[in-house]
Order: sequence, then C-alpha cells, then structure tokens
Amino acid sequence: MSVFKNKLTLIGMIIILLLLCAAIFAPVLTPHNPNTQCLSQALKGPCSDYPCGTDEFGRCIFSRIIYGARVSLAIGIAVTAVSAAIGVVLGMAAGYYGRAVDEIIMRIVDIFLAFPGLILALVVAGLLGPGIGNVMLALALVGWMGYARVVRGTVLAEKEKEYIETARSLGANDLYIMFRHLLPNVIAPVIIMASVGIGYAILAAAGLSFLGLGAQPPTAVWGSMLSDGKTYLQTAPHLTIFPGLAILVTVLAFNFLGDGLRDLLDPRLKDKAWNRG
Amino acid sequence: MLNYISRRLVLLLIVVLGVTIMTFALMNLAPGDPAEMIAMARYGLENLTVEEVEHIRISEGLDAPVWIQYMHWLAHALRGDFGRSLVTGDPVLQEIIVRAPATLMLALASLIVSLLIAIPAGIISAAKQNSLLDYLARSGALLGASMPNFWLALLLILLFSVTLGWLPVFGYGELRHIILPAVTLGTGLAAVSTRLIRSSMLEVLEQDYITTARAKGLREGNIISRHAFKNAFIPVITVIGLQLGHLLEGTVIVESIFGWPGLGKLLVDSIFARDYALIQACVLLFAVFFVLINLLVDILYVYLDPRIRYEKKG
Repeated sequence: MSVFKNKLTLIGMIIILLLLCAAIFAPVLTPHNPNTQCLSQALKGPCSDYPCGTDEFGRCIFSRIIYGARVSLAIGIAVTAVSAAIGVVLGMAAGYYGRAVDEIIMRIVDIFLAFPGLILALVVAGLLGPGIGNVMLALALVGWMGYARVVRGTVLAEKEKEYIETARSLGANDLYIMFRHLLPNVIAPVIIMASVGIGYAILAAAGLSFLGLGAQPPTAVWGSMLSDGKTYLQTAPHLTIFPGLAILVTVLAFNFLGDGLRDLLDPRLKDKAWNRG
Repeated sequence: MLNYISRRLVLLLIVVLGVTIMTFALMNLAPGDPAEMIAMARYGLENLTVEEVEHIRISEGLDAPVWIQYMHWLAHALRGDFGRSLVTGDPVLQEIIVRAPATLMLALASLIVSLLIAIPAGIISAAKQNSLLDYLARSGALLGASMPNFWLALLLILLFSVTLGWLPVFGYGELRHIILPAVTLGTGLAAVSTRLIRSSMLEVLEQDYITTARAKGLREGNIISRHAFKNAFIPVITVIGLQLGHLLEGTVIVESIFGWPGLGKLLVDSIFARDYALIQACVLLFAVFFVLINLLVDILYVYLDPRIRYEKKG
C-alpha cells in the first residue's frame, strides 16, 4: 500500500518537475516555433521532424504542447494561489472571530457550494468574454470554498490552545496571532488541497478553452488544440491524441502528488479529500 | 427535520437570487451592447441600422437602469414567464422544457453506467484488498479521475465511430445514440464512486458484526452482499447526490461534443450567442435543480440511516 503510494508520489513529482522545466525552457526544447505555419507540411503524422505530427496549418504539435504547458501551469498555479489565499483569509477570520463573522462567511461558503462550480465559471468566463484572465478569474471565484472550510476547522480547534492564550496575555494583537501562530497550523492541509487543486484547475481551464473560452488563437493551449483537432479526427487523430495525453498526464501527476502529500502530512485526511464540497 | 428542510429552502432562495443577480451584473459589465447583439442576431450584420438597434433597446426594456431590468425580470420569472429568447424569439420556458428530457435521460444513463462499473469494482477491490484486481480497480479509478471528459469523448468517437464504425457520433432518439455520451460521463463518475465504495466497504468489513457473521460460519459472499454492502452503501448515496450536480457540469461539455440536444448545450450556445434571457433561465434552473437534488439526498440519507439527525448544526 504505502510502497504503491510512495512510488506514485515520486512519479508525480518527477512529472511535475519535467513539466516545469519544459515550460521554463520551452524556446530551447522545441524543435519548431509553435506558431509558424507551414502549409506544405499540414496534417502530417508523427515523424522524425515532427515528433507529434503537425496540425492543419502545418504547425508542430510537439512544440505547441510544450508551449501549452506554460499556459496550463501558469493558470493552474495562479488560480490555486488566488483561491487558497481567499480561502485562508476568510477561513481564518471565520474561525478566529467566530459569532457573526463566522456565520456570515460560512453562509457565503454554503451559497457558493450550492451551485455547480464549473457552470458558474462557464457563465462568468463566457459573459466576461474569451481570454485567459477571465478564465482564471472565474475559476478562482469558484475554487476558494474548500480552503475556507478546512482552515476554519483547523483554526477553531487551535485557537483554544494555551499558547494562543499566552500570546494574547502577552499583548499580541489579533493579526499577529492569526498570521504568526495560527497560519503555520493550516499550511499542511492547504498545501495538500492546493496540489490536487492545481490539477483540477488545469482540467477545468482546459475544458473551458475546449469550449472556446480561454486563450485565443494563435496561442497554443491544450484545450483549444483538442477542439481544433476534433475536426480532423477521421484523417489526423494525432491532433486529438497528443494534447489530451498532455492534460491527462499533468492532472494525474498533481493527483499523485496530492495523494502522497496527504498520507505524508496528515494521515487523518486520507480519502476525505475525494468528498469534494 | 422540518427545520432543516426549511433552512435549506431559504438557502435555495438566496442561491437563486445570488446567481441571477450576479449573471445580470455580469451581462451589463460585459463588453458589447446587448441591443446591438440582438439586432445582429435577428437582422444580420449587413442590415444593421442605428434605428433598429434603438428600437430593440426600447422594446426589450434595455434602456432602463440595470436594477429595474432585474426587478422586471424577477417579477416575470416568479410568474413562470422567463421572457423570449433574444435570438429565436421563442418563449424561453418552452425552449427549456423541450430540452430538459434529453439532459435528464443522459444524466440517468450516465448514473447507471457509473454504478454498473463502480459497485462491482468497489466491492471486489475491498473484498480482495491488495490483490491484482484491487490494484487494477484503484489504478482505473485514479486514471478516470484525472481524465478530461472531452478527451475521453473524442477517444471513444475515434475508436467506436471512426475506426470500428459501430456507433454514430451525432444523433438523438435511439439507444445507440446515448451510449457514447453516457459512457463518457459515466466512467468519470465511476472513478470517484469506486474509490468511495471501496473505502466505505473496508470500513464496514472491520466492524464487529461482520466478525460475528464470520464466526457464525456464514459464507463470505453472503456476508458481503447481505451485511456489509447495505451499510457501506449509505455514504455512497451522498456521493451519488453530489455526482448528479457534477453530472450537470459534465453535460455542458459532453452535450456540446456529441451535439446532444439538452440543457448543457443550450447553456453553452446561449452564452456564445449572448442570449441573455436564455442564460438567466438556464442558470436559475441549474441552481434550483442542484439545491433540490442535494436536499433530496440529505433526506434520503436520514431515511436510510436512522442514526443521522440534522437537528444540530454541524
């Protein structure tokens, strides 16, 4: 069991590191410019010149996937960072101040949880108009509630402990107690949730860009590469296979990492994170 | 219990008001002039004149302040009048009623597919813990949870429609049309349920009454089917409820791929057409459906497990 898990965690970490390297060193690693069209080479299958073949404009799929990793990782990390920050601040305020503050914040959480997140994100991103920024905003808006709940729960348990009492009697103010004493307690669960959250955000962003929201052409994005490819499913299936594989491997890697971290940092949380919401 | 239900219904009210107000605000924040969009949709780009745009602005009430427009919409919506589609001119309610059966059918079929996979996989995985079958089931579940459903849909089309020619890509009305979309959505759900049924079964199998049943000499198959599964299934009900909500999310993309004439596709199409009346009604409907399903599941939960009470807030 633990061997199975640890191996997967390691695999996840290696894949994520490779992806980060690919994203950072994209200009060096790619055999072709991702946006250069070469119509004479259009719709070629994988070959030595083009490892994953070419699309309908003769652009190198492999290069576009590598550049797509930049966009995907950036979206995943940025969305998760913003969601986590909102969740931590609100969750900490709810747990620490209690009473009315707690009641108001947790009811807002209930309201947000009472609507399917991806549909809300779709409506928000769709109405604001296509663009990466709008997709990120929409996904952050629907992703913070889980963090708020977990952080509130942890703070609720922690704030009754004696060292908090001591800090207060020594004259520490609320902000100091929250960020100096309570914050370290919530870091572990937040990191666990965030590692799965990055994968989820990448998946959701790919879905939205598959529908035509998100980054606009010619930017290489995995989701829109897939939706472009589906026109040529019959003649050139590699247009569909490779970008999808990139999404799958990336999301899988973050899930492996999240699972492993959960076992490592907080065995009590085992399997609980699957009950999202 | 009644107290709990009424609290949830109040939540429903707030959610509906919240999402519709937000949608309304976003529509007005969004770039582009709604009146111009409608005029473009109705008369085409070439025939667009300033007079027509102004005429539509006044006839659709778009010249009023945003909050008046919202109150106006709400007053009508409460009476079941969601206005007319800005693009086709048909009543929105009618359009939704026409589309709803397709989505319900797809959701039901997906749920059946997911349970057909998850129940046996979860039980075998727990009963034969750490066996090859267990590893297979768990790997499958991990894979399924990370699989983008739009990619799975395309792969299924590639295999069963393009290569083998067994199933059609588009179409609606016959059994063979629903197979691919239902399998796409169902396998994703199965991934989550399998994991849950497995861990729930493992927990139950450690209970004393299972040991007692074993000590009595009952056969293992009997213990699992009659004693363990019944108790293990209770938490699964919750997840099925949550899944119905996520099914809604899934239908949005899957219906668009397969051209399935349901509410998910309607929502996507209306967003791209900026058909505001239709978007509002869809959002409202999704909110009501999602909250009611969750409420229903919670009530069912109490019914199935008398130990659970909702009197005290969690």
